[in-house]
Amino acid sequence: MTLPAFSPTGIRFENIDKRYGGLYALRRVSLEIAAGECAVFAGRNGSGKTTLLRIAAGLARPSAGAVSFLKSSGESDGTPSPAGFVAHATMVYDELTAEENLVLFARLQGVAEHAARADALLREVGLAERRNSLVRTFSRGMRQRVAIARALLNEPAVVLLDEPTTGLDPQGASWFAQTLRRLRDSGRTILISLHGESEVSSLATRAIRLDAGAVVADTRTGANFRSILAFANA
Amino acid sequence: MALLSNTAVLLGKELRTEFRSRELLTTTVVFILTIVVLFSFTFDPSVSESRRFGPGLLWLAFLFAASLMLQPCFLREQNNDTLSALRLSVNDPFAIFLAKLAANTLFLLFTQVLLLPVFSILYNVPVLAAFPQLVLVMFMGSLGLSVTGTALSAISAQARMRELLLPLLLLPLLTPVLIASTEATAALLVPNPAMRWDWMGFLLAFDVVFLTALWLFGEYLLEE
Repeated sequence: MTLPAFSPTGIRFENIDKRYGGLYALRRVSLEIAAGECAVFAGRNGSGKTTLLRIAAGLARPSAGAVSFLKSSGESDGTPSPAGFVAHATMVYDELTAEENLVLFARLQGVAEHAARADALLREVGLAERRNSLVRTFSRGMRQRVAIARALLNEPAVVLLDEPTTGLDPQGASWFAQTLRRLRDSGRTILISLHGESEVSSLATRAIRLDAGAVVADTRTGANFRSILAFANA
Repeated sequence: MALLSNTAVLLGKELRTEFRSRELLTTTVVFILTIVVLFSFTFDPSVSESRRFGPGLLWLAFLFAASLMLQPCFLREQNNDTLSALRLSVNDPFAIFLAKLAANTLFLLFTQVLLLPVFSILYNVPVLAAFPQLVLVMFMGSLGLSVTGTALSAISAQARMRELLLPLLLLPLLTPVLIASTEATAALLVPNPAMRWDWMGFLLAFDVVFLTALWLFGEYLLEE
């Protein structure tokens, strides 16, 4: 996959709290993910992984604290989220074709030459021949490919992946791991929450474990790194 | 400019998905037809009775049809979490509301214009003499139904008991629109039709107030 140029960008979470009524989904989360890191978030269901990624994407507002995106100089660039987001749900329309979905979101994002960009991404995710098929006729794996193409439309410097291989067959998961490797090697910052994907988690350069909304382990190397990844694969 | 171009793109999407699935239009047209035909055969009204009760019947049917149409407006954005994708893609979330509002108004107006000749034949009330004015009244009334309904649809889509919540919130809020629309329509179905600009002004004011509120607070309605 030939990925276009972008400005390396890190992400900083400062004392993030997220409450739903009296329930804390996140509690004083402070992290700085450097540009180019591939950070895996592990933790049980309800530990706050999805909430943290949705806050980073700009879809949820923290109850306290702030998220900022950092240029290579370390300064906050002050822009809204420059991240591409892939969630559990595909976030594409079943009643539109793969190409119509990508062109729609490219036009909304103001992507120049949106048709060409959609065409290039459809080729890269291996759906060029099904470009005119409605998404509702696709398998789960094919839908996920459209979802990934949608997330990459505006050439994001940060890619947020929330359990992206859920529902993929082994072949689909393998394709996804290759795509993730190329994204990581291109220097993009990747935050990924995982639930049992060994091939994907082996690409991580940093492992962070959340429990009850708090960061309980954060490491780049050593035995703890492997134990956190092992937890992600549990 | 970005707001308008995003609205146009999203309106195109709304129209394309509806004309592919025909979910909303089919439901509302069948629903309104059933009511109009059923009342016609049940009461067999005279011309003068039709002129007295017809406008109220029409707008009541439009109201229930609108509540059917507005319910899935934001609900179907939740199937694949496409609402999140839209929020991530547009600079101004008001574009999402504007597109849905425009689509709902168009669908409702289309249904109404389709139903007017049926109403005219079944109730023996001529509508051709004031047809353009009737379309204007229906446009203003539909805009009122849609602007309120689109906002409430966004609220109810995130709530539990959402099927119950939308009609509960919608019906009391829309009472002024229904009264104004019914009065304006009634004045156009009499032998010497005349436009009631006082009620039209009221509808315009209602539409402007609710549209402004949507513009100011719409972003918060979409937040998680």
